[in-house]
Amino acid sequence: MEKALRDKKAICFFVLPALLWFAFIALVPILQSAYYSLLKWDGMTASVFFGSRNYLEMITDKLFLKSVLNSLIIAGASVFIQLPLAMLLALILHSGVKGEGAYRTIYFIPVIISSTIIAQLFMKVYHPSYGMLNNVLDAIGLGQFRNEWLANADVAMGALLLPIIWQYIGYHMLLYYSAAKSISPEIFDAARVDGATGRQIAFNITIPQILPMIKASVIFAVVGSLKAFDLVYVLTRGGPLHATEVPTTLMYNEIFVKNRYGYASAIAIFIIVECLVLTLVVEKIFKKLQD
Amino acid sequence: MRKTLTKLSSNFLLLMVAAVQLFPLYWMLTFSLKDNKEIFGGNTLGLPQVWQWDNYTSVLSQSRIGFYLLNSLIITALTIMFTVFLSAMATYAIVRLKWMMSKIVYFIFLIGLMLSMHAVLLPLFVNLKPLHNTYWSLVLPYTAFAMPMAILVMVGSLEGLPKEMEEAAFIDGAGIYMIFFRIILPLLRPIMATVAILTFLNSWNEMMLAVTFVSNDNYKTITVGVLDMVGKYSTKWGLIGAGLVVATIPTLLVYIFLSNNVQKSFTAGAVKG
Repeated sequence: MEKALRDKKAICFFVLPALLWFAFIALVPILQSAYYSLLKWDGMTASVFFGSRNYLEMITDKLFLKSVLNSLIIAGASVFIQLPLAMLLALILHSGVKGEGAYRTIYFIPVIISSTIIAQLFMKVYHPSYGMLNNVLDAIGLGQFRNEWLANADVAMGALLLPIIWQYIGYHMLLYYSAAKSISPEIFDAARVDGATGRQIAFNITIPQILPMIKASVIFAVVGSLKAFDLVYVLTRGGPLHATEVPTTLMYNEIFVKNRYGYASAIAIFIIVECLVLTLVVEKIFKKLQD
Repeated sequence: MRKTLTKLSSNFLLLMVAAVQLFPLYWMLTFSLKDNKEIFGGNTLGLPQVWQWDNYTSVLSQSRIGFYLLNSLIITALTIMFTVFLSAMATYAIVRLKWMMSKIVYFIFLIGLMLSMHAVLLPLFVNLKPLHNTYWSLVLPYTAFAMPMAILVMVGSLEGLPKEMEEAAFIDGAGIYMIFFRIILPLLRPIMATVAILTFLNSWNEMMLAVTFVSNDNYKTITVGVLDMVGKYSTKWGLIGAGLVVATIPTLLVYIFLSNNVQKSFTAGAVKG
């Protein structure tokens, strides 16, 4: 048996298809991106070696900096609005209410629907004349707040945040809920015997116990925000007047509208590095919290 | 007294959020069954006065939405098949077979968890040019980017399974391939279902690559087809709504029948990640 498990041919048979597939479609292209980012290249004519100039342009490009700021705003809104709300819902559901399963199922529905469809739906929600939002405002007597939600640069970013938060609340809620479920029930029983209130149980037992899951969910929320593309692309394409531009839409434009392959690749590399750095920052913060 | 009050307010909050999560979908469903006169004539929020089932028949007969659904189905099925089987094979090699590089290879796959398709959009656009406008231009990247998570959860699962059955089979003279197909695959079946659900949702809903690698109408997926349809019908909201509903139905069906499994799939990834 020992010999069979060391059979080189069998090892290759089992691991090479996945490894080669993954290497050629995912790993090699990353290296290509890194290489392209050092070029001035339009995809058709010969490329010119450009060194660090794409990166220098990037860090002084106002539009790029704005797109990074916007993606950080999305990340901030996720972490400080979406996640606390998700936590509150998870804690209530976990404390035992009627229809627990039904709520979980309902909250999760938007997560499984394609962002493209969600975006199309919110285009209609925000429609200036016939959209649901303006109609509801009229109906409850707040007609003076009607707006061209996606065409007005002052409110477009907010209008974009709403569907992003709306779509993934159920996901984070589920993560917290299932983590809380896996805590041994005896801990809660003991606390209740000692006369702890629901709030004390939440803050002194549940939340500290599920801290690892909270960390994971913060990382997902931050990294997901930095990579947000679908909703932005369909709803605003980064407009009006670049008010909702994020790094991914900027990169997409640089590739397919301006044919600036080198600069676009520098943005791509930036997105990876930014995700890694922020993941490490979140890890650090939670390490401090856990001590 | 205070207890009932908090209980009441928590129930109220839960109900409110449920309404907020469902209302846009309710609204989509209702305007998919109205004509423009109703939608633009004041009845934007209520139930349709006249139920326009015609919207659905015209969308299904006039647009190519059925065709796009079929394309998505083919692409997603191929992606799931390759992801599940190739990942299971790699998992077996990583967990059970004895070779020096197994830890390193596992680590290489895990790097993939940090990568996203955005970072390889341009290189893949260049490299896969000969495959543009085929199913493979999407199946190749979808599979490549689904494998890291698949391998992560499968390795976690196989490591927790006892080896006795395999050892007994070896003693009975079974070869390594036979053991993989007859013992390992059946053992991994529950986790393969998890992987299949996650892979289904990710590839079915993917837009960025689908919109850039496929311009030929014959190979478009439903996410891109929906974008086209909206452009074509521009002001006919009823038809657009019907199209959006039709495009949502497959994922909703999967969710309705596998609701608990779907939720488990999403948490499985998070726990291991």
